[in-house]
Amino acid sequence: MRNRQATQLLFELSKPGRRAAVIPPSDVLTDEPLESLLPSEALATEELALPEVAEGDVVRHYTNLSTLNMSVDTHFYPLGSCTMKYNPKRNERLAGLGGVVDLHPYQPESTLQGMLRLLYELQGILAEISGLPAVSLQPAAGAHGELTALMAAAAYFAERGEKRTKVLTPDSAHGTNPASATMAGFQAITIRSAADGSVDLDDLASKLDDQVAVVMITNPNTLGLFDKGISEIAKRVHAVGGFVYLDGANMNAILGVTRPGDLGADMMHFNPHKTFSGPHGGGGPGAGPICVNEALGPYLPSPMVVREGDAYRLDYDRPRSIGRVRSFFGNVGVLVRAYCYILSHGPAGLRKVSEQAVLNANYLLARVKHILPVPHGDKCMHEFVASAERLKATRGITAMDIAKRLLDYGFHAPTVYFPLTVPEALMVEPTETESKETLDAFCEALFRITEEDADLVHSAPTTTAVRRPDELTAARKPIVKWNHSGG
Amino acid sequence: MALGAEATKLETITESCHSGERARLMAYFMNTPEDEQAMLAAIGVEQIESLFDSIPAELKLSRPLAIPEAMSEIELTAHMQQLAARNLAASNSLCFLGGGAYDHFVPAVVDSLASRGEFYTSYTPYQPEVSQGNLQAMFEYQTLICQLTGMDVSNASLYDGASATIEAVLMCRAVSRREKRVVVVGSLHPEYRQVLETYLVPLGCEVVVVEPSGETVDVPAVAAQLNAETACLVVQHPNFFGCLEDVSALSAACREQGVLVVQVFDPTSLGVLKRPADLGADVAVAEGQCLGNPLQFGGPYLGILACKESFMRRMPGRIAGQTVSGTDRRCWVLTLQTREQHIRRDKATSNVCTNQGLFALRASIYLALMGKQGMRELGESCLRKAHHAQRQLVAAGWERRSDAPFFKEFVVRDPSRQIAERIQAGIEQGVLVGVDLGRWWPELSDSLLIAVTEKRTRSDIDRLVDVLALKAVGV
Repeated sequence: MRNRQATQLLFELSKPGRRAAVIPPSDVLTDEPLESLLPSEALATEELALPEVAEGDVVRHYTNLSTLNMSVDTHFYPLGSCTMKYNPKRNERLAGLGGVVDLHPYQPESTLQGMLRLLYELQGILAEISGLPAVSLQPAAGAHGELTALMAAAAYFAERGEKRTKVLTPDSAHGTNPASATMAGFQAITIRSAADGSVDLDDLASKLDDQVAVVMITNPNTLGLFDKGISEIAKRVHAVGGFVYLDGANMNAILGVTRPGDLGADMMHFNPHKTFSGPHGGGGPGAGPICVNEALGPYLPSPMVVREGDAYRLDYDRPRSIGRVRSFFGNVGVLVRAYCYILSHGPAGLRKVSEQAVLNANYLLARVKHILPVPHGDKCMHEFVASAERLKATRGITAMDIAKRLLDYGFHAPTVYFPLTVPEALMVEPTETESKETLDAFCEALFRITEEDADLVHSAPTTTAVRRPDELTAARKPIVKWNHSGG
Repeated sequence: MALGAEATKLETITESCHSGERARLMAYFMNTPEDEQAMLAAIGVEQIESLFDSIPAELKLSRPLAIPEAMSEIELTAHMQQLAARNLAASNSLCFLGGGAYDHFVPAVVDSLASRGEFYTSYTPYQPEVSQGNLQAMFEYQTLICQLTGMDVSNASLYDGASATIEAVLMCRAVSRREKRVVVVGSLHPEYRQVLETYLVPLGCEVVVVEPSGETVDVPAVAAQLNAETACLVVQHPNFFGCLEDVSALSAACREQGVLVVQVFDPTSLGVLKRPADLGADVAVAEGQCLGNPLQFGGPYLGILACKESFMRRMPGRIAGQTVSGTDRRCWVLTLQTREQHIRRDKATSNVCTNQGLFALRASIYLALMGKQGMRELGESCLRKAHHAQRQLVAAGWERRSDAPFFKEFVVRDPSRQIAERIQAGIEQGVLVGVDLGRWWPELSDSLLIAVTEKRTRSDIDRLVDVLALKAVGV
């Protein structure tokens, strides 16, 4: 079945006079000319250039577009570091209850007691899971949480008259870490990873001084390994008066097993869209709540939810707060789903999430390591990084080739070429919501690919809607919107 | 700190649950005990706990997390319904609240299409071959935003209106190489202004605020603050009070000093009002919640950012671009990625990683449904209804603070200064009457900001006026 309608653009479907939504005429001031309500120089002089399509056009167009995506609902999606777990349908329904979704951010607090209680309880739950007592639900994404926490640290030091200009990030860190450091006004300095992806303690020691505000660590690290040096790192950072930030991207490995606060971290963010099953939405929205230690708590954004007796309210009286990092309260819709997810699991269930995620990852690792070596250890946490370096040398098949060929077998590709410290990296994260049968089928596909004719693999994918788009031309001569003359 | 040990007890939830073993309630796991044994054997360990041996024992948590016990779907549904019942939903009342989030109508098609699992359970299109749906939707979103604003290019969205505003300012600083000073018109949303200060002050960038006189700013007062050190001017139009600013005149003043213009606009106004590009803006940013997205207590929303083509390679966030696949077929990819953090790291244009894909999709579906006609009708409807409400309230004894022209929201003052009582009276009658401006400006604690969308009818407005009639309190 070839569905050409899917790939026409909305603008090409447009026909003058066709329409979908109709807004009924105003039942007040019906006949008053607009010029009597607004100055004529403010009024639009021409029609908007928007397309004209019928409701049926819109439904068929987007329904057909949706079928061109792989998604968690339709495919195994082992995209490393993204925790593509099942997104429970109950969360969608519960987050969509009228009394949850139809709340205006400026409603009086007396009309929001259910929502404020939910958010208050979530603050407490995240404090408990992180082992860090002060929580801000305001940041809109993980990267936003990083930035917010770094700003809080900057405010902490500024108030004490300490001039600390540096943030250290490992070379294996997610790119948002150094980017957030720059945006918070720090100089981002890279620390080397040892062969197993752990922080190189000697390199850390050589860069650690009283100019360092924060050292950002991802643990489990981006190779999917627990960095045993974390306590020693924290000790050293604390000895020079700095803070340890823990990137919570990999929390799916350690829920109820260990807590960032107990590891010596002073601040962290959660990615509820990863760990707590908020759907990824085709690239957002996420959320980035942060948890910090007592000392940094007063600097967190305003407002927070507080409880007074049986009532909940928003506390804006936070004189040492860095202020706001976004409008309104936060990405509440995502937070509500996280709350539902956590309550669906309870303490034993959350721990089981991590146990099953780690079991699934280790099972995959055990099955594939003989053909795709995993350079750093034969055990992992919730994900592992395999290397196609040997396959590239022997058969000319790269990590990208494997990724593309997997698409033909009906699997989303792992994350490729990240972290930068592993050549021909394939970062695989199965999550806890996949079955042994799915993992076995994925392994079988990998085995077959490594034995397939190299030319066939180079030409993959062959069964998808499009094949290896020309990304260079897209970047050199950018076409970022449709226009009449074509494209 | 209000948080701490007390916060983690959560007896309020746990009391609704039975204690004990509730693991059987957890519905999302796949492996049977037999699967587990087979997998452990393949791994070469006896028990799952051994897989955590790399974590030093002294760092492990030796007790269960002190969080509520698991709930079944039935129990959780009842719990959430109870929480929901303690809120007054806008959908269960008459909502005249605005201030950057609005109770506009969302057509069923938006919810229906956006709830397709292929959209909302997919992720950032790193593999374009299996993400053409999302990529094409992003490309269409970018085009729709350009059509709406008249700007040359749009990114694929940011977190919200405030984050789009600060990202626009950071972009202007980089483009202009004027790092030390920005000027902000004080009728900007107060929370956006706070966000600008949070980000910019620690970077050593001065945020000069020119306060409005009345409800709009005087152009000469702004012009006096512009100089060759100023990166950009940030002006909201219609402004936070609903009133129209003279962006054309402000833009002209900016040109003289080489100052870039960032306009915060209201997408629902553009069927009626001139577009940001027509007014001389270099960057147009907006809160896109009004385009088919639910209120959901403030987020997730949609940050819109569109600009002149010359800034394209300095834009923050994701951008979809058109190209061809091996077979010469038109298709779409993420492009201009060398701006972004995953490649450029500390030199990236922004730390932003994801966009707000699902909400950009909703906005696209909404704009497609509305089309040029629908957006015109929407703007006119809001405009007429807001003016009717304002006139009725003035007739009932409320006062305007100025005679500035306004679009869909306006400020009215209660000469008897009993705002809290009037808000409470509204709640009792199921009317959310307006936003108390005293929450940001103590001197405006006698004033309400009232928004009127296309959903409100003549009789709804009558009810508002009835609730707010000055005789209603204390008689």
